[in-house]
Amino acid sequence: MREISVDKVTEKVKAMCIKANHFLSSDMEGALLSSIEKEESELGKKVLCQLRENLEIAGSDMIPICQDTGMAVVFIKVGMDVHFTGGSLEDAINEGIRQGYTEGFLRKSVVKDPIERVNTGDNTPGVIHYEIVPGDSVEITLAPKGFGSENMSRVFMLKPADGIEGVKNAIVTAVKEAGPNACPPMVVGVGIGGTFEKCALLAKKALLRPMDEYSEIPYVKELEKEVLDEINKSGIGPGGLGGVITALKVNILTYPTHIAGLPVAVNICCHVNRHVTEVL
Amino acid sequence: MDKYISLPISKEDAKNLRAGDYVYLTGVLYTARDAAHKRMDESLKEGKDLPIDIKGTTIYYMGPSPARDGRPIGSAGPTTASRMDKYAPKLLDMGMIGMVGKGKRSDEVKAAIVRNGAVYFAAVGGAGALLSKAIKSSEVVAYDDLGTEAIRKLEVSNFPVIVVMDSEGNNLYETARAEFERK
Repeated sequence: MREISVDKVTEKVKAMCIKANHFLSSDMEGALLSSIEKEESELGKKVLCQLRENLEIAGSDMIPICQDTGMAVVFIKVGMDVHFTGGSLEDAINEGIRQGYTEGFLRKSVVKDPIERVNTGDNTPGVIHYEIVPGDSVEITLAPKGFGSENMSRVFMLKPADGIEGVKNAIVTAVKEAGPNACPPMVVGVGIGGTFEKCALLAKKALLRPMDEYSEIPYVKELEKEVLDEINKSGIGPGGLGGVITALKVNILTYPTHIAGLPVAVNICCHVNRHVTEVL
Repeated sequence: MDKYISLPISKEDAKNLRAGDYVYLTGVLYTARDAAHKRMDESLKEGKDLPIDIKGTTIYYMGPSPARDGRPIGSAGPTTASRMDKYAPKLLDMGMIGMVGKGKRSDEVKAAIVRNGAVYFAAVGGAGALLSKAIKSSEVVAYDDLGTEAIRKLEVSNFPVIVVMDSEGNNLYETARAEFERK
């Protein structure tokens, strides 16, 4: 049994909130920058160049890449041989978010109640997903999610007879409806299978997959490429101002499902697809 | 076409702007987003005055991140404009001349833009660090308790935007997309 103080979790989460909001992962930055030369629209190119300059300023001047520094989504994989000491793990994670968003000059975008809508003032609580895994380490992924793109995400409860064509159609429909609202070029996370909530969680996790990796399942890999092509034929383009780079990547995760169902979730992310992973 | 426009935008300038124009704005912008619009709407329904003079004003749909010491503002890019569609026609009819945001607008907003000779600009979404460099000062002028959603008076210099909807009812999102759409 390995003992880990929850204070260590707080410390990590705090630092990850600040890092994620100022620096993109190298694969994500690479995907964005390499899209510039592929864009055919002059205005589209100009938008992409502004995004490049934006990333440079964010890193050098420590100004968040986007003012919507998101709701903090946390994925935590806890080894079965870990014993946390010094308090509640959930409280420790939220304390990290509180300190990160307050001391890191990040925007507080969370309201306590969805109808009464009073800001909590410190961006807590986060949305925390726990996973128990073998071993004695703790892996934390922090993914601040902005709501311009979150608002355009969808869950479709398709029928088995809709098949792969139905899935393609669902993804492309969600992206076209999102259009300029979701700050294209987008990254599209897709979950297929499971249940209503499982496919949504898969879609969120799909956004975390490195931009240079594809599904290991051959037909899914094909689907990822085909749907990306289809999306980029839409003409929406960078900023929605026309062009051939509407999405940078489609990442799909699948899971077994029920004989009666074909759930599909599409979690749209803008070009600021932020996530940091650290191990304790 | 690149244009340099002073704020407040004159009626003549607004009428001459065309969807697709790349515009640099200099002068005063006011920020307001969801919560501030809701509160302004409630004030109007109660017959009270708005906290800012809306006539001739351009509103930037934006809630910034906090400023670090010595800087006027933090990251400051546009939020999705359609969430303000419920409130915008009334404000346009009261004399608001411009809006800066990102994303599609409703038919009601489009009609109000045409009816009033107004304009809807997009700033590049997700470029908040870059856009903050064009903001020279920021001061909360109303609804301080709303935090990032308070109404702020911003002085901007060559703030880069693109005309999406103009007073003739043109919509760049539709025309630009059609140009690059492939069947």
